[in-house]
Amino acid sequence: MPNEPPATIFRRMTTPLVHEPSTIALTVNGDKRTIAAGTSLSAYLASLKLDPRLVVIEHNREILRDRDAYPSIVLGAGDNLEIVHFVGGG
Amino acid sequence: MTATPDLLATLDTPFIIGEREFRSRLMVGTGKYASNAQMIAAIEASGAEVVTVSVRRVDLDRSKDEGILHHLDPQRFMLLANTAGCFSADDTIRYARLARAAGFNEWVKLEVIGDQQTLLPDAAATIEATRVLAAEGFKVMAYTNDDLISALRLEDAGAVCVMPLASPIGSGLGMLNEFAIRTIKHRLGVPVIVDAGVGTASDAAIVMEQGVDGVLMNTGIAAATDPVRMATAMRLAVDAGRLAYLAGRMPKREVAVPSSPTTGMLDR
Repeated sequence: MPNEPPATIFRRMTTPLVHEPSTIALTVNGDKRTIAAGTSLSAYLASLKLDPRLVVIEHNREILRDRDAYPSIVLGAGDNLEIVHFVGGG
Repeated sequence: MTATPDLLATLDTPFIIGEREFRSRLMVGTGKYASNAQMIAAIEASGAEVVTVSVRRVDLDRSKDEGILHHLDPQRFMLLANTAGCFSADDTIRYARLARAAGFNEWVKLEVIGDQQTLLPDAAATIEATRVLAAEGFKVMAYTNDDLISALRLEDAGAVCVMPLASPIGSGLGMLNEFAIRTIKHRLGVPVIVDAGVGTASDAAIVMEQGVDGVLMNTGIAAATDPVRMATAMRLAVDAGRLAYLAGRMPKREVAVPSSPTTGMLDR
């Protein structure tokens, strides 16, 4: 069917343009934070200059026990993160 | 200056909790020090192997502390996470799980506070949290009142040791109820570590003279004018009290008994 337009052009003409949001809002340690969409947990920790071995993460109330999984965890809009560590105490 | 560890080892019995042997009967906290350098110096002077730490949010703006693991080597000290500041079994369980996820060990110093003013423990909530965490494989060291029944229930719930208070946290009032502590020690099968209230070296010795297995303290050392000297004093006092207990003290009498011969006096 040589007279049909290519599929990509057809989609562009009929589908409204969807704007992928470039940033998302989430809650980190009780504070509202805005980060780039698609940020992985490991990238976010790096942006905070936090050593993953020295902190523990609770992601939407689930404690993450496998640090090797951090690069594959992508943070989403509305996520709740708790980042804790050990401090002095009795 | 002090008995060598080798000598002490021959005079004392092994100190074992949850199948792990510990070299010091003195455990110390890491809070309230003027500086991290002072904390480390005091811990080293105390000879403690077990040091307690708390779980708190990281300061995201990094304006304050950077976390205690930058200063304490987990290879040198056994980090014992506490659940200080928790007022419910659920919160306590959450903090304990977070602490375990740090990946150092399965041990937790469980405290559920029942009252803001006195910081006295909520025994019922502590028992509930102990049951849950012990079933998850935690080695629970349970902070509690100087109350035999709570202590027995905690042992039943699976605590590897029970930690009755000498007096309220940070009070420095020393041992308020020797009878209660001795009774707990006599009746429990698991080790008894007195936690909280020790204000000075004599308090520590009196605690150990009751026959308990160990003592945990923080403010008694950290809030001393010279924490390093006090940590040394506490180490000696714990050893002294322990040895005095093992030695078996003389009976108390309400009358004097001469130490020197009453015969052979002149002009009699």
